[in-house]
Amino acid sequence: MLHTVLDTPPVGETKAARDQTLAAYRLMLTARLLDDKYAALYRGGKIHGGVFLGRGQEALSVAIGISLKKTDIFAPLIRDAAGRLAFGETVVDAIRTYLGSALGPMRGRDGNVHRGRPLEGYLPMVSHLGAMISVVNGTLFARRLKGVSGTVGATCLGDGATSTGAFHEALNQAAVEKLPLVLVVADNQYAYSTPTSRQFVCEDLADKASGYGVAAHSVDGTDLVACLKTAGEAVARARSGEGPQLIVARLLRLCGHGEHDDSHYIDPKLKTSPLGRDCLKVAEEFLLRQQWADSATLDGWRTEVVREIEDAVAQVRREPAPDPYDEKWQAISSRHLIELHDEDSGS
Amino acid sequence: MSITYLEAIREAQSHALRDDPRVFIYGQDIGAFGGAFKATKNLARDFPGRVLDAPISEDAMVGMAVGAAIEGLRPIIEMQFADFSVVGFNQIVNQAATLFWRTNVPCPITIRLPFGGTEGGGPFHSQSIEAIYAHYPGLIVLTPATVEDAYSMLLEAVAIDDPVIFCEHKFLYYHLKADALPSEALPIGKARIAREGRDLTVVAYSAMVHEALAAAAELSAEGWEIEVVDLRSVKPLDTDTIMASVARTGRLLCVGESWPWGGVTAEIIARVASEGFGLLDVPPQRLNARDTPVPYHPNLWMAHRPTARAIAASARKILRR
Ligand SMILES: Cc1ncc(C[n+]2csc(CCOP(=O)(O)OP(=O)(O)O)c2C)c(N)n1
Repeated sequence: MLHTVLDTPPVGETKAARDQTLAAYRLMLTARLLDDKYAALYRGGKIHGGVFLGRGQEALSVAIGISLKKTDIFAPLIRDAAGRLAFGETVVDAIRTYLGSALGPMRGRDGNVHRGRPLEGYLPMVSHLGAMISVVNGTLFARRLKGVSGTVGATCLGDGATSTGAFHEALNQAAVEKLPLVLVVADNQYAYSTPTSRQFVCEDLADKASGYGVAAHSVDGTDLVACLKTAGEAVARARSGEGPQLIVARLLRLCGHGEHDDSHYIDPKLKTSPLGRDCLKVAEEFLLRQQWADSATLDGWRTEVVREIEDAVAQVRREPAPDPYDEKWQAISSRHLIELHDEDSGS
Repeated sequence: MSITYLEAIREAQSHALRDDPRVFIYGQDIGAFGGAFKATKNLARDFPGRVLDAPISEDAMVGMAVGAAIEGLRPIIEMQFADFSVVGFNQIVNQAATLFWRTNVPCPITIRLPFGGTEGGGPFHSQSIEAIYAHYPGLIVLTPATVEDAYSMLLEAVAIDDPVIFCEHKFLYYHLKADALPSEALPIGKARIAREGRDLTVVAYSAMVHEALAAAAELSAEGWEIEVVDLRSVKPLDTDTIMASVARTGRLLCVGESWPWGGVTAEIIARVASEGFGLLDVPPQRLNARDTPVPYHPNLWMAHRPTARAIAASARKILRR
């Protein structure tokens, strides 16, 4: 199935589509401006460690996040600022994790994109690529065992991560268990510096699905409308019991691997190709063309979002940093099993 | 001229590629890009076809190296971070480590692990996992602490017939400089006295050698003379050099950046306690990272790992007994 354009919908559906597209656009804009802010903070030496942005991937990311219900499961990856916001993460929580605030969901113990709230269905990624998919499978399996129906679990991945054994094991596992998994692959042409030609040789990553008996959807990742349609359909099919769905979106990473990386290796021809289109601009042009919004409204949104982000940063910078003396240096939860070491052993 | 720890690693690989046609390097982003840390900068250009970008497939990367070793080649594998090597753990500990013992066919592969903590690295880009590899029979585990050792030990790692886990500390990459590359070196398996002293033996390896040396400098102002032993290799472990030092000082503190449970420091203390109990004037001590994952925020990270200050504080307690 290839969706690149939205067929003109019946009048009744137009308002719903319009509202969803506008909401998605605003989330994309928030994600982009949040990413810009992280980049600025990083350049100013205010962020410890790496900064990983989702520029160019907002349309795909927001589409999956907005297609989920709050009771679903979502395990985003490094380039999913938009999807995280769509699933309900607050701007403040995102910034808290980057700045290591003691009040953030990760309490300064983990940082940047490694964040989540597992009890709210928002799973915190580990760095190890491919490792989250089977964990999503586990949550879906458990809900089935508990008699909870109607849950969908979605997780995101890059093209490079499809080379991990974990990806193949988990996709097969989901198929064998017929789990309502939606696996979203952003084929952004590079894994760090490595072009897809050193990662796989199939025509389209969506081809991988058929070997596992999994449904596949290909989509133009620069086109918000197409992404919303594809993600919505894949989520609906998973929810209705049709088993795992693989979405593969083609697009281009419009930033370095991290902010330390100037991405000089990206082929200039790709940048000027349709893959190199900026999904935020494409979405904006679409909204204006449809007359679903005028540029004054969109400019107003931008101003509002910038203020929201600036306020959040100011708030978080006043919050306490984690204090090593208050910190409980314990990694297990069974209090009666915590070993007491001699203090010289470091614990 | 000055050369960094990282450049020494690049130079050693360049040297190995030049001298031995059986050597090739395989790892993520190591080709034209030169690696996440630039440890293979220009090597793909200088040695066409022998410095190859791998897919993100650590298990298959190591498996392929084992196959190539069986065919007589000498692969070097770069893991992007040590933390990701565990995805290839099965191939490392069950294929590479057992091959010689099972078949008498050696497995000369070198697996480079950029390891250890840096500010903001967090739980998955900071780990020190030398001990889990040292636990497995059949592996050599190296932890160079100096620019000279980074160079000479990597060359020796490639030359020897066994699988080597080469732990290169990310913090030392840019911080450590030397005037020139060495022309001769201690062999693998020999520890080095990094500083002589008579009051206390501090055994350390990799980045912790430098923390221990800083602690020794601090304590010398207080009148204590600390001997610092740089292990260089954690497996094999040079028990003789440690024992000889403890014989001189009567006191022992072992320092490791990795977690305390069942690690290198525990192994040293077990050996000294069982084979050199009579040499000790006071109970031997150790200082490790705390028994939690490595934290992201620098406030927590600095309190998680041993620092020169923490080493000096532990040393004072031992010295006052
Ligand atoms: C198992 C594993 N190996 C290596 C890495 C190091 N690493 C982090 S991101 C990355 C590239 C990821 O590329 P891709 O999956 O295409 O996602 P993208 O960055 O393009 O979004 C690599 C190699 C890792 N995180 N996990």
